[in-house]
Amino acid sequence: MSSTLASKRFDVKKSLVDAVLAGLIALIVFGPIVGVVLDGYAFNLQPDRVAAMIGAVMLGRFVLSLFLQTPRGLAILAGFETVGSGVHVRDPGYQSHLRWVLPLLVVVALVFPFFASKYLLTVVILGLIYVLLGLGLNIVVGLAGLLDLGYVAFYAIGAYGLALGYEHLGLGFWSVLPLAALAAALAGGLLGFPVLRMHGDYLAIVTLGFGEIIRLVLNNWLAFTGGPNGMSVPAPTFLGLEFSRRAKDGGVPFHEFFGIDYNANFKFLFIYLVLLLVVLLVLYVKNRLTRMPVGRAWEALREDEIACRAMGLNHVLVKLSAFMIGASTAGLAGVFFASYQGFVNPASFTFFESALILAIVVLGGMGSTVGVVLAAFVLTVAPELLRSFAEYRVLLFGVLMVLMMIWRPRGLIRVSRNGVQPRQGVAP
Amino acid sequence: MSQPILELKDLDVFYGPIQALKKVNLQIQEGETVSLIGANGAGKSTLLMSIFGQPRAAAGQILYRGTDITQKSSHFVASNGIAQSPEGRRVFPDMSVEENLLMGTIPVGDQHAEQDMQAMFELFPRLKERRNQRAMTMSGGEQQMLAIARALMSRPKLLLLDEPSLGLAPIVVKQIFQTLRELARSGMTIFLVEQNANHALRLSNRGYVMVNGEIRLSGSGEELLGNEEVRKAYLGGH
Repeated sequence: MSSTLASKRFDVKKSLVDAVLAGLIALIVFGPIVGVVLDGYAFNLQPDRVAAMIGAVMLGRFVLSLFLQTPRGLAILAGFETVGSGVHVRDPGYQSHLRWVLPLLVVVALVFPFFASKYLLTVVILGLIYVLLGLGLNIVVGLAGLLDLGYVAFYAIGAYGLALGYEHLGLGFWSVLPLAALAAALAGGLLGFPVLRMHGDYLAIVTLGFGEIIRLVLNNWLAFTGGPNGMSVPAPTFLGLEFSRRAKDGGVPFHEFFGIDYNANFKFLFIYLVLLLVVLLVLYVKNRLTRMPVGRAWEALREDEIACRAMGLNHVLVKLSAFMIGASTAGLAGVFFASYQGFVNPASFTFFESALILAIVVLGGMGSTVGVVLAAFVLTVAPELLRSFAEYRVLLFGVLMVLMMIWRPRGLIRVSRNGVQPRQGVAP
Repeated sequence: MSQPILELKDLDVFYGPIQALKKVNLQIQEGETVSLIGANGAGKSTLLMSIFGQPRAAAGQILYRGTDITQKSSHFVASNGIAQSPEGRRVFPDMSVEENLLMGTIPVGDQHAEQDMQAMFELFPRLKERRNQRAMTMSGGEQQMLAIARALMSRPKLLLLDEPSLGLAPIVVKQIFQTLRELARSGMTIFLVEQNANHALRLSNRGYVMVNGEIRLSGSGEELLGNEEVRKAYLGGH
């Protein structure tokens, strides 16, 4: 009895068909890549390797197909199907499990750099810079629903702010950090004004144009920005103490001042720690903003602009604030990027960069903070760690995106937030 | 006669070259329920939206309690006591009922939010049951109730309703009009734009009939209900 039940539950024929189909696809994909090896000018055919690959894929697909027919597998499948659309609203009193994980993560993040190698440190710094960018764009695209394809412009403004500020005004890392955020916010406001009336595709095109304008100006204004040759950026200092082995102009370098051994990691350690603090700050601010009326107004604007207008929401203010806050975050990221590289040139601010940041937001789940942080690391750190596959990086993006659109159309992490409860009445 | 709460004087509104409203004159007294009926495309919704300045009137005047609001911005209008429940409900689909209601307080600030929300839950008990549910998952009637409640959250002096019966089952329409009657009895001034002339005129003290951007007829609710022309055009000869 139980065996007939089991055979009813397990549709082996379906699994076999799945396996054969997967094998065919694997043949098409792996055939040319694995099966043909260039040897000088000759092709070396290696059918056994292809066969092994296809065998593994078919076996894997067969097992997966069988597993998905078990109750547990069915539950997982159902989970994929009920992604539903939109934001998941939890009870106002709901407390996330993250509140246990978060302090632990912060501690790990603080301790980690002292044990990491320089290479790993730089990779994680890059990851954090993209977290910052993702968080900023998440406000514009994820919350306010304004598709911005020229986001990299604000990033460039931050980075060039540091380079130009040093060159022309003698400003250092610390003074530029707030100034760059301000400058980027102003640029965001500048871009925001003309595009107030635009939606969707049109907005995307205009912002794309804006991004290109900034890049082309940087590229062609040789006298001011150094054009494609780029500009050098000063190394950051700690209260005026330099991180180099020997300080310029007879100053005292950091390690001598504190009487510790010189370590080439100091500069990156410093950038990492400041960056981590800024990321935590931005996370906190963003978290608060989404609970404030302006955060709700952003989401309302994303959901229904006409309703917003009918309710007399000042959409000018709402859109501009989203643009400006998003832009200022990118400005901050730019400053860190510039001092991390020690050099800026327009090649770092191409459209591909905008697309990458947008991919982070989309992959992470529009509006989801945790998702964006995860996606930023996945999309920046993973390619670095898999250096040997670097050429397939874009291919990897493509595959990732396609898979995501099938299974997680709303992003890795489902956007959910606590419902808002009204404040207790305050006497008028 | 005292000063009307809202007065439109010779209002002209254009969409590009097309004139949507032609010299519209209309008055609403404090505490009155006034309905505006008309066929599709007569300019009813345009009239409501132009009170909010979108589209802006090309000529004429909109007076709200004696002040000229013709050139004022939408948020000025909203924060000074006019609320609107737009056509097609337009609730925020991804927000819960409570959050939608809170959005309604944006023009005036949320210091009375808790208290007003309780009042809304009394007016529409269905909303209380669904307070933490996303608006998207509710039925059309519930969404309409939510849209009206959301408009009321800004403590308006004048409530503008654009087709509250749109796409709803007759029984739900009845419920909603019942609630509107309660509201009117409590002293709220209501300006109702409707296709459902029968319900609307029965509820209203006065009514206007709009045809092709012009006010063709006006009179008390009963007068219009009895009017031969109105019966033929909007009531299907009942």
